[in-house]
Amino acid sequence: MRKIEAIIKPFKLDEVKEGLMEIGVKGMTVTEVKGFGRQKGHTEIYRGAEYRVDFVPKIKIEVVVAADMVAEAVKVIEQKAKTGAIGDGKIFVSSLEEVIRIRTGERGKEAI
Amino acid sequence: MVNTGDTAFILVSAALVMFMTPGLALFYGGMVRNKNVLATIMQSYIIICLVSVSWTLWGYSLSFGPDVGGVIGNLSWFALTDVGLTPSADYATTVPHLAFMVFQLMFAIITPALITGAFAERMKFKTFLVFMILWSTLVYSPLAHWVWGSGGWLAKMGALDFAGGTVVHISSGISALAAVLVIAKRRGHGKEQFIPHNVPMTVTGAAILWFGWFGFNAGSALTSGGLAASAFVATHIAAAAAGLTWLITEWIHRGKPTTLGAASGSVAGLVAITPASGFVGPASALIIGGVAGTLCYLGVMAKSKFGYDDSLDVVGIHGVGGTWGALATGLFATVAVNEAGKDGLFFGNPAQLWIQFVSVVTTWVFAFVMTIIILKVLDATMGLKVSDEEEVRGLDITQHSETAYNV
Repeated sequence: MRKIEAIIKPFKLDEVKEGLMEIGVKGMTVTEVKGFGRQKGHTEIYRGAEYRVDFVPKIKIEVVVAADMVAEAVKVIEQKAKTGAIGDGKIFVSSLEEVIRIRTGERGKEAI
Repeated sequence: MVNTGDTAFILVSAALVMFMTPGLALFYGGMVRNKNVLATIMQSYIIICLVSVSWTLWGYSLSFGPDVGGVIGNLSWFALTDVGLTPSADYATTVPHLAFMVFQLMFAIITPALITGAFAERMKFKTFLVFMILWSTLVYSPLAHWVWGSGGWLAKMGALDFAGGTVVHISSGISALAAVLVIAKRRGHGKEQFIPHNVPMTVTGAAILWFGWFGFNAGSALTSGGLAASAFVATHIAAAAAGLTWLITEWIHRGKPTTLGAASGSVAGLVAITPASGFVGPASALIIGGVAGTLCYLGVMAKSKFGYDDSLDVVGIHGVGGTWGALATGLFATVAVNEAGKDGLFFGNPAQLWIQFVSVVTTWVFAFVMTIIILKVLDATMGLKVSDEEEVRGLDITQHSETAYNV
Protein backbone atom coordinates (compact mmCIF):
# COMPACT_ATOMS: atom_id res chain seq x y z
CA MET A 1 0.00 0.00 0.00
CA ARG A 2 1.11 3.54 -0.71
CA LYS A 3 0.13 6.96 0.54
CA ILE A 4 0.09 9.75 -2.02
CA GLU A 5 0.21 13.30 -0.72
CA ALA A 6 -0.21 15.99 -3.33
CA ILE A 7 0.01 19.75 -2.88
CA ILE A 8 -1.95 21.38 -5.67
CA LYS A 9 -3.49 24.67 -6.74
CA PRO A 10 -6.88 25.04 -5.05
CA PHE A 11 -8.80 25.58 -8.29
CA LYS A 12 -7.53 22.24 -9.64
CA LEU A 13 -9.12 20.20 -6.86
CA ASP A 14 -12.30 19.28 -8.73
CA GLU A 15 -10.46 18.03 -11.80
CA VAL A 16 -8.05 15.96 -9.73
CA LYS A 17 -10.87 14.49 -7.64
CA GLU A 18 -12.89 13.47 -10.71
CA GLY A 19 -9.81 12.03 -12.41
CA LEU A 20 -9.02 9.88 -9.37
CA MET A 21 -12.61 8.69 -9.02
CA GLU A 22 -12.62 7.62 -12.67
CA ILE A 23 -9.70 5.26 -12.12
CA GLY A 24 -11.37 3.74 -9.06
CA VAL A 25 -9.97 5.65 -6.09
CA LYS A 26 -12.67 5.34 -3.43
CA GLY A 27 -11.77 8.08 -0.98
CA MET A 28 -9.50 10.95 -0.19
CA THR A 29 -8.76 13.52 2.49
CA VAL A 30 -8.42 17.18 1.57
CA THR A 31 -6.91 19.98 3.66
CA GLU A 32 -6.54 23.69 3.03
CA VAL A 33 -2.89 24.45 3.65
CA LYS A 34 -0.47 27.35 3.24
CA GLY A 35 3.16 27.19 2.24
CA PHE A 36 5.76 28.28 -0.20
CA GLY A 37 8.15 26.78 -2.70
CA ARG A 38 9.62 28.43 -5.74
CA GLN A 39 6.45 30.43 -6.28
CA LYS A 40 7.09 32.30 -3.02
CA GLY A 41 4.19 34.48 -1.91
CA HIS A 42 1.98 37.17 -3.34
CA THR A 43 1.19 40.82 -2.61
CA GLU A 44 -1.93 42.16 -0.92
CA ILE A 45 -2.95 45.83 -0.92
CA TYR A 46 -4.58 47.56 2.07
CA ARG A 47 -5.22 51.30 1.86
CA GLY A 48 -2.61 51.74 -0.81
CA ALA A 49 0.12 49.92 1.09
CA GLU A 50 1.52 46.70 -0.38
CA TYR A 51 1.97 43.74 1.93
CA ARG A 52 4.10 40.75 1.01
CA VAL A 53 2.39 37.50 1.99
CA ASP A 54 4.91 34.62 1.99
CA PHE A 55 2.57 31.68 2.38
CA VAL A 56 0.38 30.84 -0.59
CA PRO A 57 -2.90 28.97 -0.06
CA LYS A 58 -2.80 25.43 -1.48
CA ILE A 59 -4.79 22.23 -1.21
CA LYS A 60 -3.25 19.06 0.16
CA ILE A 61 -4.81 15.79 -0.99
CA GLU A 62 -4.08 12.53 0.78
CA VAL A 63 -4.98 9.31 -1.01
CA VAL A 64 -4.16 5.75 -0.04
CA VAL A 65 -4.03 3.15 -2.82
CA ALA A 66 -2.84 -0.40 -3.41
CA ALA A 67 0.73 -0.64 -4.71
CA ASP A 68 -0.39 -1.64 -8.20
CA MET A 69 -2.47 1.51 -8.59
CA VAL A 70 0.16 4.06 -7.58
CA ALA A 71 1.59 4.75 -11.01
CA GLU A 72 -1.82 5.40 -12.51
CA ALA A 73 -3.01 7.59 -9.65
CA VAL A 74 0.14 9.70 -9.74
CA LYS A 75 -0.20 10.10 -13.49
CA VAL A 76 -3.79 11.33 -13.10
CA ILE A 77 -2.81 13.91 -10.47
CA GLU A 78 0.14 15.05 -12.53
CA GLN A 79 -2.00 15.58 -15.61
CA LYS A 80 -5.02 17.11 -13.94
CA ALA A 81 -3.19 19.50 -11.61
CA LYS A 82 -0.80 20.81 -14.21
CA THR A 83 -1.07 24.36 -15.58
CA GLY A 84 2.55 24.70 -16.64
CA ALA A 85 2.94 27.83 -14.53
CA ILE A 86 5.07 28.12 -11.40
CA GLY A 87 3.25 26.95 -8.27
CA ASP A 88 1.59 23.80 -9.66
CA GLY A 89 2.72 21.88 -6.57
CA LYS A 90 4.29 18.54 -5.72
CA ILE A 91 3.38 14.89 -5.26
CA PHE A 92 4.90 12.78 -2.48
CA VAL A 93 4.59 9.00 -2.44
CA SER A 94 5.45 6.91 0.60
CA SER A 95 4.86 3.32 1.60
CA LEU A 96 2.27 2.56 4.20
CA GLU A 97 2.47 -0.14 6.85
CA GLU A 98 -1.12 -0.65 7.82
CA VAL A 99 -4.66 0.51 7.12
CA ILE A 100 -7.55 -0.30 9.44
CA ARG A 101 -11.23 0.31 8.83
CA ILE A 102 -12.53 1.24 12.25
CA ARG A 103 -16.13 0.09 11.74
CA THR A 104 -15.36 -3.49 10.67
CA GLY A 105 -11.83 -4.01 11.91
CA GLU A 106 -10.66 -4.99 8.38
CA ARG A 107 -6.91 -4.72 7.84
CA GLY A 108 -4.69 -3.96 4.86
CA LYS A 109 -5.89 -3.71 1.25
CA GLU A 110 -9.44 -4.65 2.27
CA ALA A 111 -9.64 -1.55 4.42
CA ILE A 112 -8.64 0.98 1.76
CA MET B 1 -43.37 75.96 20.71
CA VAL B 2 -42.63 72.29 20.27
CA ASN B 3 -43.16 71.14 16.68
CA THR B 4 -43.97 67.45 16.60
CA GLY B 5 -42.55 66.89 13.11
CA ASP B 6 -39.22 68.45 14.04
CA THR B 7 -39.15 66.55 17.32
CA ALA B 8 -39.75 63.22 15.60
CA PHE B 9 -37.02 64.05 13.10
CA ILE B 10 -34.47 65.02 15.74
CA LEU B 11 -35.13 61.94 17.85
CA VAL B 12 -34.77 59.65 14.84
CA SER B 13 -31.62 61.50 13.80
CA ALA B 14 -30.18 61.10 17.29
CA ALA B 15 -30.79 57.36 17.09
CA LEU B 16 -29.10 57.27 13.66
CA VAL B 17 -26.03 59.09 14.99
CA MET B 18 -25.92 56.78 18.01
CA PHE B 19 -25.75 53.82 15.60
CA MET B 20 -22.63 55.28 13.97
CA THR B 21 -20.46 54.45 16.96
CA PRO B 22 -21.12 50.68 16.89
CA GLY B 23 -20.61 51.05 13.12
CA LEU B 24 -17.25 52.65 13.81
CA ALA B 25 -16.44 49.79 16.18
CA LEU B 26 -16.88 47.33 13.29
CA PHE B 27 -15.10 49.62 10.83
CA TYR B 28 -12.06 49.70 13.10
CA GLY B 29 -12.47 46.16 14.45
CA GLY B 30 -12.08 44.58 11.02
CA MET B 31 -8.83 46.43 10.36
CA VAL B 32 -6.91 45.12 13.38
CA ARG B 33 -5.42 41.67 13.93
CA ASN B 34 -7.75 39.04 15.37
CA LYS B 35 -6.05 39.14 18.78
CA ASN B 36 -7.15 42.80 19.21
CA VAL B 37 -10.61 42.89 17.67
CA LEU B 38 -12.60 42.83 20.91
CA ALA B 39 -10.40 45.46 22.55
CA THR B 40 -10.86 47.69 19.51
CA ILE B 41 -14.64 47.23 19.44
CA MET B 42 -14.73 47.75 23.20
CA GLN B 43 -13.02 51.13 22.98
CA SER B 44 -15.81 52.52 20.81
CA TYR B 45 -18.58 50.70 22.61
CA ILE B 46 -17.64 51.72 26.14
CA ILE B 47 -17.35 55.36 25.06
CA ILE B 48 -21.11 55.26 24.41
CA CYS B 49 -21.57 54.46 28.10
CA LEU B 50 -18.79 56.66 29.44
CA VAL B 51 -19.57 59.89 27.58
CA SER B 52 -23.32 59.48 28.07
CA VAL B 53 -22.74 59.68 31.81
CA SER B 54 -20.24 62.55 31.74
CA TRP B 55 -22.39 64.46 29.23
CA THR B 56 -25.42 64.13 31.48
CA LEU B 57 -23.49 65.32 34.52
CA TRP B 58 -21.30 68.15 33.19
CA GLY B 59 -20.48 67.76 29.49
CA TYR B 60 -23.67 69.24 28.08
CA SER B 61 -23.60 72.15 30.51
CA LEU B 62 -19.97 72.99 29.65
CA SER B 63 -20.68 72.78 25.92
CA PHE B 64 -24.05 74.45 25.62
CA GLY B 65 -24.77 75.97 29.04
CA PRO B 66 -24.89 79.73 29.68
CA ASP B 67 -21.80 81.33 28.13
CA VAL B 68 -18.75 82.38 30.12
CA GLY B 69 -16.68 84.84 28.06
CA GLY B 70 -17.27 83.05 24.74
CA VAL B 71 -14.98 80.25 25.93
CA ILE B 72 -17.07 77.72 27.84
CA GLY B 73 -20.53 77.09 29.24
CA ASN B 74 -21.05 77.32 32.98
CA LEU B 75 -22.19 74.45 35.19
CA SER B 76 -25.70 75.69 35.87
CA TRP B 77 -27.10 72.82 33.76
CA PHE B 78 -25.21 70.21 35.80
CA ALA B 79 -27.04 66.86 35.68
CA LEU B 80 -29.39 68.45 33.13
CA THR B 81 -30.91 70.89 35.58
CA ASP B 82 -33.26 73.19 33.63
CA VAL B 83 -32.95 71.04 30.50
CA GLY B 84 -36.50 69.86 30.03
CA LEU B 85 -39.53 69.22 27.87
CA THR B 86 -39.86 72.74 26.54
CA PRO B 87 -37.51 74.12 23.89
CA SER B 88 -34.35 75.98 24.79
CA ALA B 89 -34.33 79.72 24.09
CA ASP B 90 -31.17 79.45 21.95
CA TYR B 91 -30.94 76.02 20.34
CA ALA B 92 -33.38 74.16 18.10
CA THR B 93 -36.31 76.22 19.32
CA THR B 94 -38.96 73.92 17.86
CA VAL B 95 -38.00 70.73 19.74
CA PRO B 96 -37.82 69.89 23.44
CA HIS B 97 -34.51 70.93 24.93
CA LEU B 98 -33.94 67.31 25.95
CA ALA B 99 -34.17 66.22 22.31
CA PHE B 100 -31.48 68.73 21.30
CA MET B 101 -29.37 67.62 24.25
CA VAL B 102 -29.52 63.94 23.32
CA PHE B 103 -28.85 64.67 19.64
CA GLN B 104 -25.71 66.56 20.67
CA LEU B 105 -24.75 63.75 23.03
CA MET B 106 -24.40 61.35 20.10
CA PHE B 107 -21.83 63.70 18.52
CA ALA B 108 -19.96 63.93 21.79
CA ILE B 109 -19.81 60.12 21.81
CA ILE B 110 -18.52 59.45 18.32
CA THR B 111 -15.84 62.15 18.33
CA PRO B 112 -13.54 60.62 20.96
CA ALA B 113 -14.33 57.16 19.54
CA LEU B 114 -12.83 58.27 16.22
CA ILE B 115 -9.47 58.88 17.91
CA THR B 116 -9.22 55.25 19.06
CA GLY B 117 -8.12 54.16 15.58
CA ALA B 118 -4.84 56.03 16.03
CA PHE B 119 -3.62 54.04 19.03
CA ALA B 120 -5.38 50.78 18.21
CA GLU B 121 -3.73 47.53 19.30
CA ARG B 122 -1.57 49.02 22.07
CA MET B 123 -3.24 51.21 24.71
CA LYS B 124 -3.88 50.24 28.34
CA PHE B 125 -7.61 50.04 28.92
CA LYS B 126 -7.59 51.78 32.31
CA THR B 127 -5.59 54.75 31.01
CA PHE B 128 -7.81 54.82 27.95
CA LEU B 129 -10.91 55.35 30.09
CA VAL B 130 -9.34 58.26 31.97
CA PHE B 131 -8.03 59.77 28.73
CA MET B 132 -11.48 59.71 27.18
CA ILE B 133 -13.16 61.44 30.13
CA LEU B 134 -10.46 64.12 30.18
CA TRP B 135 -10.48 64.60 26.42
CA SER B 136 -14.24 64.84 26.26
CA THR B 137 -14.28 67.42 29.06
CA LEU B 138 -11.19 69.48 28.23
CA VAL B 139 -11.14 69.35 24.42
CA TYR B 140 -14.58 68.49 23.08
CA SER B 141 -16.72 70.64 25.36
CA PRO B 142 -14.76 73.89 24.84
CA LEU B 143 -14.62 73.36 21.06
CA ALA B 144 -18.32 72.55 20.84
CA HIS B 145 -19.00 75.71 22.83
CA TRP B 146 -16.81 77.90 20.61
CA VAL B 147 -18.42 76.70 17.40
CA TRP B 148 -22.02 75.83 18.34
CA GLY B 149 -22.62 77.26 21.81
CA SER B 150 -24.67 80.41 22.23
CA GLY B 151 -22.04 83.14 22.63
CA GLY B 152 -19.13 80.92 21.49
CA TRP B 153 -16.37 83.05 20.00
CA LEU B 154 -15.91 81.15 16.72
CA ALA B 155 -19.66 81.21 16.14
CA LYS B 156 -19.69 84.98 16.71
CA MET B 157 -16.83 85.39 14.26
CA GLY B 158 -19.02 83.75 11.61
CA ALA B 159 -17.24 80.41 11.13
CA LEU B 160 -19.47 77.91 9.33
CA ASP B 161 -19.54 74.33 10.58
CA PHE B 162 -22.85 72.70 9.82
CA ALA B 163 -22.41 69.28 11.41
CA GLY B 164 -18.94 69.11 12.91
CA GLY B 165 -16.04 69.44 10.48
CA THR B 166 -13.98 71.28 13.08
CA VAL B 167 -15.60 70.11 16.30
CA VAL B 168 -15.78 66.43 15.34
CA HIS B 169 -13.38 65.60 12.52
CA ILE B 170 -10.49 68.04 12.79
CA SER B 171 -10.49 67.74 16.57
CA SER B 172 -10.40 63.93 16.47
CA GLY B 173 -7.99 63.79 13.51
CA ILE B 174 -5.50 66.19 15.04
CA SER B 175 -5.79 64.63 18.48
CA ALA B 176 -4.99 61.35 16.74
CA LEU B 177 -1.85 62.96 15.32
CA ALA B 178 -0.87 64.13 18.81
CA ALA B 179 -1.56 60.64 20.16
CA VAL B 180 0.69 58.85 17.67
CA LEU B 181 3.49 61.25 18.57
CA VAL B 182 3.19 60.53 22.30
CA ILE B 183 2.18 56.85 22.40
CA ALA B 184 4.94 54.47 21.32
CA LYS B 185 4.53 52.56 18.07
CA ARG B 186 3.32 48.98 17.97
CA ARG B 187 6.07 46.38 18.27
CA GLY B 188 7.38 45.48 14.85
CA HIS B 189 5.94 48.59 13.19
CA GLY B 190 7.69 49.03 9.85
CA LYS B 191 9.00 45.45 9.91
CA GLU B 192 6.07 43.18 10.61
CA GLN B 193 2.90 43.38 8.59
CA PHE B 194 -0.33 44.35 10.26
CA ILE B 195 -2.92 42.98 7.88
CA PRO B 196 -6.64 43.62 8.53
CA HIS B 197 -8.16 40.43 9.91
CA ASN B 198 -11.70 40.91 8.58
CA VAL B 199 -12.36 43.31 5.71
CA PRO B 200 -16.07 42.34 5.45
CA MET B 201 -16.47 43.55 9.05
CA THR B 202 -14.87 46.86 8.08
CA VAL B 203 -17.11 47.29 5.04
CA THR B 204 -20.18 46.50 7.16
CA GLY B 205 -19.02 49.19 9.59
CA ALA B 206 -18.49 51.70 6.78
CA ALA B 207 -22.01 51.03 5.50
CA ILE B 208 -23.45 51.61 8.99
CA LEU B 209 -21.47 54.86 9.24
CA TRP B 210 -22.83 56.02 5.89
CA PHE B 211 -26.39 55.20 7.00
CA GLY B 212 -25.98 56.93 10.36
CA TRP B 213 -24.40 59.97 8.74
CA PHE B 214 -27.78 60.97 7.33
CA GLY B 215 -28.85 61.66 10.91
CA PHE B 216 -25.56 63.39 11.60
CA ASN B 217 -25.78 65.88 8.72
CA ALA B 218 -29.46 66.14 7.81
CA GLY B 219 -30.33 66.09 11.50
CA SER B 220 -28.03 69.07 12.02
CA ALA B 221 -30.64 71.17 10.22
CA LEU B 222 -32.51 70.71 13.54
CA THR B 223 -35.79 71.01 11.68
CA SER B 224 -37.34 68.67 9.13
CA GLY B 225 -37.70 70.65 5.93
CA GLY B 226 -35.87 71.75 2.82
CA LEU B 227 -32.54 72.30 4.52
CA ALA B 228 -32.54 68.79 5.99
CA ALA B 229 -33.30 67.35 2.54
CA SER B 230 -30.51 69.42 1.00
CA ALA B 231 -27.98 68.27 3.61
CA PHE B 232 -29.13 64.65 3.19
CA VAL B 233 -28.55 64.80 -0.57
CA ALA B 234 -25.19 66.58 -0.29
CA THR B 235 -24.05 63.95 2.22
CA HIS B 236 -24.94 61.03 0.00
CA ILE B 237 -23.45 62.53 -3.16
CA ALA B 238 -20.15 63.38 -1.49
CA ALA B 239 -19.79 59.88 -0.05
CA ALA B 240 -20.46 58.29 -3.43
CA ALA B 241 -18.05 60.58 -5.29
CA ALA B 242 -15.27 60.03 -2.77
CA GLY B 243 -15.70 56.25 -2.85
CA LEU B 244 -15.10 56.40 -6.59
CA THR B 245 -12.15 58.79 -6.56
CA TRP B 246 -10.34 56.86 -3.80
CA LEU B 247 -10.86 53.68 -5.80
CA ILE B 248 -9.59 55.21 -9.03
CA THR B 249 -6.57 56.79 -7.32
CA GLU B 250 -5.67 53.46 -5.75
CA TRP B 251 -6.24 51.62 -9.01
CA ILE B 252 -3.82 53.94 -10.81
CA HIS B 253 -1.30 53.90 -7.96
CA ARG B 254 -1.29 50.20 -7.06
CA GLY B 255 -2.92 48.52 -10.01
CA LYS B 256 -5.93 47.09 -8.14
CA PRO B 257 -9.22 48.56 -6.88
CA THR B 258 -9.80 47.28 -3.33
CA THR B 259 -12.95 46.83 -1.25
CA LEU B 260 -11.26 48.47 1.71
CA GLY B 261 -10.46 51.39 -0.59
CA ALA B 262 -14.09 51.85 -1.62
CA ALA B 263 -15.16 51.78 2.02
CA SER B 264 -12.40 54.16 3.16
CA GLY B 265 -13.11 56.56 0.32
CA SER B 266 -16.81 56.84 1.08
CA VAL B 267 -16.02 57.58 4.74
CA ALA B 268 -13.53 60.25 3.62
CA GLY B 269 -16.30 61.87 1.55
CA LEU B 270 -18.69 61.80 4.50
CA VAL B 271 -16.05 63.47 6.68
CA ALA B 272 -15.36 66.21 4.13
CA ILE B 273 -19.00 67.10 3.46
CA THR B 274 -19.89 67.29 7.16
CA PRO B 275 -19.14 71.00 7.76
CA ALA B 276 -20.48 71.97 4.32
CA SER B 277 -23.53 69.73 4.11
CA GLY B 278 -26.07 72.43 5.06
CA PHE B 279 -24.47 75.25 3.09
CA VAL B 280 -23.72 73.81 -0.37
CA GLY B 281 -25.66 72.53 -3.37
CA PRO B 282 -25.43 69.07 -4.96
CA ALA B 283 -22.84 70.02 -7.61
CA SER B 284 -20.54 71.46 -4.95
CA ALA B 285 -21.02 68.33 -2.85
CA LEU B 286 -19.90 66.26 -5.82
CA ILE B 287 -16.66 68.26 -6.05
CA ILE B 288 -16.04 68.32 -2.29
CA GLY B 289 -16.47 64.55 -2.09
CA GLY B 290 -14.51 63.85 -5.26
CA VAL B 291 -11.52 65.83 -4.07
CA ALA B 292 -11.74 64.24 -0.60
CA GLY B 293 -11.35 60.70 -1.98
CA THR B 294 -8.02 61.44 -3.66
CA LEU B 295 -6.78 63.86 -0.99
CA CYS B 296 -7.40 61.45 1.89
CA TYR B 297 -5.76 58.62 -0.05
CA LEU B 298 -2.65 60.80 -0.33
CA GLY B 299 -3.01 61.67 3.36
CA VAL B 300 -2.96 57.98 4.27
CA MET B 301 0.07 57.46 2.02
CA ALA B 302 1.90 60.25 3.84
CA LYS B 303 2.05 58.41 7.16
CA SER B 304 4.61 55.90 5.94
CA LYS B 305 6.79 58.81 4.78
CA PHE B 306 6.75 60.23 8.32
CA GLY B 307 6.97 56.78 9.94
CA TYR B 308 3.95 57.44 12.18
CA ASP B 309 2.02 54.48 13.54
CA ASP B 310 -1.49 55.88 13.06
CA SER B 311 -2.84 52.32 13.09
CA LEU B 312 -6.16 52.94 11.32
CA ASP B 313 -5.52 56.24 9.53
CA VAL B 314 -7.47 58.66 11.69
CA VAL B 315 -5.17 61.53 10.66
CA GLY B 316 -5.29 60.71 6.97
CA ILE B 317 -9.07 60.46 6.85
CA HIS B 318 -10.48 62.68 9.62
CA GLY B 319 -7.64 65.20 9.92
CA VAL B 320 -7.13 65.67 6.20
CA GLY B 321 -10.79 65.20 5.21
CA GLY B 322 -12.03 67.46 8.01
CA THR B 323 -9.58 70.22 7.13
CA TRP B 324 -10.47 70.04 3.46
CA GLY B 325 -14.19 70.09 4.29
CA ALA B 326 -13.91 73.11 6.58
CA LEU B 327 -11.94 75.07 3.99
CA ALA B 328 -14.20 73.89 1.17
CA THR B 329 -17.14 75.30 3.10
CA GLY B 330 -15.45 78.70 2.70
CA LEU B 331 -15.28 78.08 -1.04
CA PHE B 332 -18.63 76.54 -1.90
CA ALA B 333 -21.10 77.88 0.70
CA THR B 334 -24.07 79.78 -0.68
CA VAL B 335 -27.01 81.54 0.94
CA ALA B 336 -29.15 80.12 -1.86
CA VAL B 337 -29.04 76.83 0.09
CA ASN B 338 -29.11 78.22 3.61
CA GLU B 339 -30.20 81.77 4.39
CA ALA B 340 -28.63 81.53 7.83
CA GLY B 341 -25.26 80.72 6.26
CA LYS B 342 -22.88 82.83 4.21
CA ASP B 343 -21.55 82.91 0.69
CA GLY B 344 -18.13 81.40 0.09
CA LEU B 345 -15.29 82.48 -2.19
CA PHE B 346 -16.88 81.04 -5.32
CA PHE B 347 -20.06 82.95 -4.56
CA GLY B 348 -18.34 86.30 -4.18
CA ASN B 349 -17.29 86.35 -0.53
CA PRO B 350 -13.55 85.64 -0.15
CA ALA B 351 -13.62 86.79 3.48
CA GLN B 352 -15.43 83.57 4.44
CA LEU B 353 -12.46 81.47 3.41
CA TRP B 354 -10.28 83.44 5.82
CA ILE B 355 -12.77 82.91 8.65
CA GLN B 356 -12.82 79.18 7.88
CA PHE B 357 -9.03 79.16 7.86
CA VAL B 358 -8.89 80.78 11.29
CA SER B 359 -11.35 78.25 12.71
CA VAL B 360 -9.31 75.39 11.22
CA VAL B 361 -6.00 76.64 12.62
CA THR B 362 -7.57 77.33 16.01
CA THR B 363 -8.99 73.83 16.18
CA TRP B 364 -5.71 72.28 15.05
CA VAL B 365 -3.64 74.11 17.64
CA PHE B 366 -6.09 73.70 20.51
CA ALA B 367 -6.79 69.99 19.94
CA PHE B 368 -3.11 69.20 19.34
CA VAL B 369 -1.72 71.01 22.38
CA MET B 370 -4.43 69.84 24.78
CA THR B 371 -4.13 66.21 23.69
CA ILE B 372 -0.34 66.28 24.07
CA ILE B 373 -0.66 67.69 27.59
CA ILE B 374 -3.33 65.18 28.67
CA LEU B 375 -1.36 62.21 27.30
CA LYS B 376 1.96 63.36 28.78
CA VAL B 377 0.36 63.63 32.21
CA LEU B 378 -1.24 60.19 31.86
CA ASP B 379 2.02 58.72 30.60
CA ALA B 380 3.83 59.95 33.70
CA THR B 381 1.11 58.82 36.11
CA MET B 382 -0.59 55.71 34.69
CA GLY B 383 1.40 54.69 31.59
CA LEU B 384 -0.14 54.67 28.13
CA LYS B 385 1.04 51.49 26.47
CA VAL B 386 0.64 47.87 27.50
CA SER B 387 3.77 45.79 28.19
CA ASP B 388 5.59 44.10 25.33
CA GLU B 389 4.33 40.72 26.43
CA GLU B 390 0.73 41.92 26.61
CA GLU B 391 1.04 43.46 23.19
CA VAL B 392 2.31 40.24 21.66
CA ARG B 393 -0.41 38.15 23.31
CA GLY B 394 -3.02 40.67 22.22
CA LEU B 395 -5.26 43.12 24.04
CA ASP B 396 -8.33 40.85 23.94
CA ILE B 397 -6.85 38.28 26.26
CA THR B 398 -4.64 40.56 28.37
CA GLN B 399 -7.00 43.52 28.89
CA HIS B 400 -10.34 41.73 28.82
CA SER B 401 -9.70 37.99 29.28
CA GLU B 402 -11.67 37.13 26.17
CA THR B 403 -11.00 35.89 22.66
CA ALA B 404 -13.16 36.81 19.69
CA TYR B 405 -12.93 33.62 17.71
CA ASN B 406 -12.99 30.20 19.31
CA VAL B 407 -12.84 27.02 17.28
